[in-house]
Amino acid sequence: MSFILRQLSRTSDGREIVRASTVEKTQITIGRDAGCDIHLADLAVELTHATIKEDSGRRITVESTSGLDFQVDGRGVRSALIDPGKGAELRFGSHRLTIGSDGGNVLITVERVEAVSEAANEKDEGGLFTLKGLLPGRRVSAWGFVAAVLALFLIWPIYTYATTSGVKERAAGVHGDDSWTSGPLSDAHKSLQNNCQACHTQKFVAVTDSACLTCHKADAHDHADPARIARAKEAPGIGGKIKGIFKAAFNKQDGRCVDCHTEHEGAGPMVATPQAFCTDCHGTLKSRLGDTKLANAADFGTDHPQFMPLVTVGIQGDERLTRRVSFDSNPQENNGLKFTHAQHLSGSNAVGRMAQTMATEQGWGNKLECKDCHTTSADGTRFKPVSMENSCQMCHSLAFDNIGGTLRTLRHGEPGMVVADLRALYRSTGPVRPISLGGLARRRPGDYAMAETTQDYVLGARAWPGQADEAIRAVFSKGGACFDCHVVLPVPSRGAPVTIQKVFQPDRYMDHGWFDHNAHKGETCVSCHAADKSNTATDLLLPNLASCRTCHVGGTGDRLKAVKTPVVSSCAMCHDYHIDGQAPWLTKRAIKKGKGAPEHSMTVAGTR
Amino acid sequence: MATQAPRTGGRQTERVRSDGRHDSFMRYNNFQWLKIGTIISLVVIVGYALIDVTPRPNGGSWYGYTLGTIGVILILWLTMLGIRKRKMSRGHWSLKAWTSAHVYLGLSLIVIGTLHTGFQFGWNVHTLAYTLMMFVIVSGIFGVSVYATLPRAMSANRDEMTEPQMLASLRSVDRQLHDAAQPLTHEAAEQVRLSLEQNAFGGGLLRRLSGNYSNCQTRHALSAIRQITGGKVDTGHDPLEKVDALLTRKVAMLSRVRRHLRYKALLEIWLYVHVPATFALIAALAAHIISVFFYW
Repeated sequence: MSFILRQLSRTSDGREIVRASTVEKTQITIGRDAGCDIHLADLAVELTHATIKEDSGRRITVESTSGLDFQVDGRGVRSALIDPGKGAELRFGSHRLTIGSDGGNVLITVERVEAVSEAANEKDEGGLFTLKGLLPGRRVSAWGFVAAVLALFLIWPIYTYATTSGVKERAAGVHGDDSWTSGPLSDAHKSLQNNCQACHTQKFVAVTDSACLTCHKADAHDHADPARIARAKEAPGIGGKIKGIFKAAFNKQDGRCVDCHTEHEGAGPMVATPQAFCTDCHGTLKSRLGDTKLANAADFGTDHPQFMPLVTVGIQGDERLTRRVSFDSNPQENNGLKFTHAQHLSGSNAVGRMAQTMATEQGWGNKLECKDCHTTSADGTRFKPVSMENSCQMCHSLAFDNIGGTLRTLRHGEPGMVVADLRALYRSTGPVRPISLGGLARRRPGDYAMAETTQDYVLGARAWPGQADEAIRAVFSKGGACFDCHVVLPVPSRGAPVTIQKVFQPDRYMDHGWFDHNAHKGETCVSCHAADKSNTATDLLLPNLASCRTCHVGGTGDRLKAVKTPVVSSCAMCHDYHIDGQAPWLTKRAIKKGKGAPEHSMTVAGTR
Repeated sequence: MATQAPRTGGRQTERVRSDGRHDSFMRYNNFQWLKIGTIISLVVIVGYALIDVTPRPNGGSWYGYTLGTIGVILILWLTMLGIRKRKMSRGHWSLKAWTSAHVYLGLSLIVIGTLHTGFQFGWNVHTLAYTLMMFVIVSGIFGVSVYATLPRAMSANRDEMTEPQMLASLRSVDRQLHDAAQPLTHEAAEQVRLSLEQNAFGGGLLRRLSGNYSNCQTRHALSAIRQITGGKVDTGHDPLEKVDALLTRKVAMLSRVRRHLRYKALLEIWLYVHVPATFALIAALAAHIISVFFYW
């Protein structure tokens, strides 16, 4: 047996070149060493790597002499017994040795199957120096991103809308349309955060009022007739026109709740509706609504009509006759009382002296203060009406008789009883008995003097009950207890009962503007109400526009005169859009917070 | 687009000649588009500051709609560069003018887009669109800056060698190494083999961008061989000496190639971000616009 070696190589165009040789040995060597029978120029092969020798019979043994593996039919071994008749494939490094038999001889075909080096491999040389293969292709990733974004942020939300439309409350968790929110909802609507479908009821239709009214059944009062509101609106400027184009193009109606009550502006309290929403109509209302009774108002600081309190112009029976009179027209309040504030607040006149004598007993100071007569309502917003019993009677006593130290008083508010009590007094008593009529008293000798005294006393006692008429007349006349404070109406006919004009003490003079005394605790009473200078009962002691403007400036801080500590005041501080007789929304929210005053009402704007 | 610029193509040479002097797209027509972009940005900023929209500035105010419309038109126009760059033309609407406008109007989009948001951001599709837009712009800024700085360094590194020449040179060294290593002992031959078998262009994206190949087998092989040859006198007979010299040449060649690869990667990488992110942006923009009017 001999070994036939066939060295196979290829030209650059792929043609095979075979060099065959025969080795007449029983054992041949394989290795990188040039002296080996099978010389493999391969750095992965040892200098002498293995031997092949004849074995018994027709077989050969391949044995590693270097201690390194070689492969037989793809498996790494150190030794192998091979039948050339059956054939086998050996692998040393990058070389393949195919064993076969050629008529009793062993045929070994040697071929290099791998390139000398990595760089020598055939490569796409154009792309070798680029990032091709290192990153997904631009086209692939571009369309991949497009598909992912559209699936996650368009198709899924629309699917969610389609499947949850009309559902009252959705299950907790992530919903497709969560990604569409333009910002968190305000505290008031926080519970709806998970339920887009609650407000966004129809696709491509802007949130409708009916969605709001589902919950707001009782607290969404109309402001005015919608037709009048539509007429009252200012013609839009360039910005408004641009917005109008968008609104018209995308089916967004005007005049909806959400026009003013904007949502998704962030967590926390709902953003207050800006003043512009009021002044867009009211700033120049007269020019569009000719029949309106309201004057134009664009900003409290610079353009607000004079206040027009509802004053009492007269009293007819039980009816209070009222009229709204501007402060510019010197309004008078004829409330039925003849009370002069300056006189009562003085410390140097008779009232002041009396107050001093009663100071300890009543807990007063050196003179009367406003609070000694006026007390606030339970919520502190306004003042209670002054009452005779609580605020007047301690000085203006109605006592008329003293029986054993107990004072009898005339009944306040009941002139008929006053008349009756006085008559009863004169009927049951007599004139004071002269001391000379006493039995043991010293007297002038003789009876003349006593007889004269007795005659006088008897005459007096007989006429005594008739004195009652005079006393009654006095009490209802100038200088009398009733007359000094009240208007005693003329008696229509002789013998008719005396009537006193009804007194009205309104707790509000300005029904359309809200005022809260709580918010003004830092002020003294007289800084707004000039009571200490009022000597006429009919003086209306309310502050006018100019007086308020000494602190309150416009919604954006605008003002006509210098203001020391400006309080920024938007329309909503005093006025309510959804008029319901309660405090305006801004003020109500501030009260709820426990501050007692609108939070931004106390903001001190920068001095100018 | 600008990927074409550093290549010296016949057409470009012709264009440069017809201009009389070279004027990069950055400086086109005495910074015409920089001026236009700046004016647009300033007008938009002044408008934002002066126009009092209610209740607060956001994308839903009339000014917000206006900026949004300008922004979306601008984004679509900027995207058109991908189509436009494939058709060269001259004059006022030359590709250079177009590219210059792309860069500067793209930068003004930062102002337009940011003011359109009214600075209201959140985890939603709207902010996603904004983020993608900023991402595209930032990647574009990166692209322009590497185009401005890298070609000079790249040219210096190449030393007038072309890429096929670099490859041929590597192959030549490898062939010689293979032959020279034949007489070596197994251990030494193994080192050389590992060097030959390692792909010089291998390694991931990070390797490419950083140019840091810490597991370079050629350097390992050189230091291993150097340990043997280091202490010996150069006789001229020892095959290790030749291998040593060849490995030294290969290391030098590799570092040049790798620097080249790094520069090329930096010049290319931004487009792998810029283009797909632009598509993602347009998809997010579509979702943004549809969602706004869907939940109106």
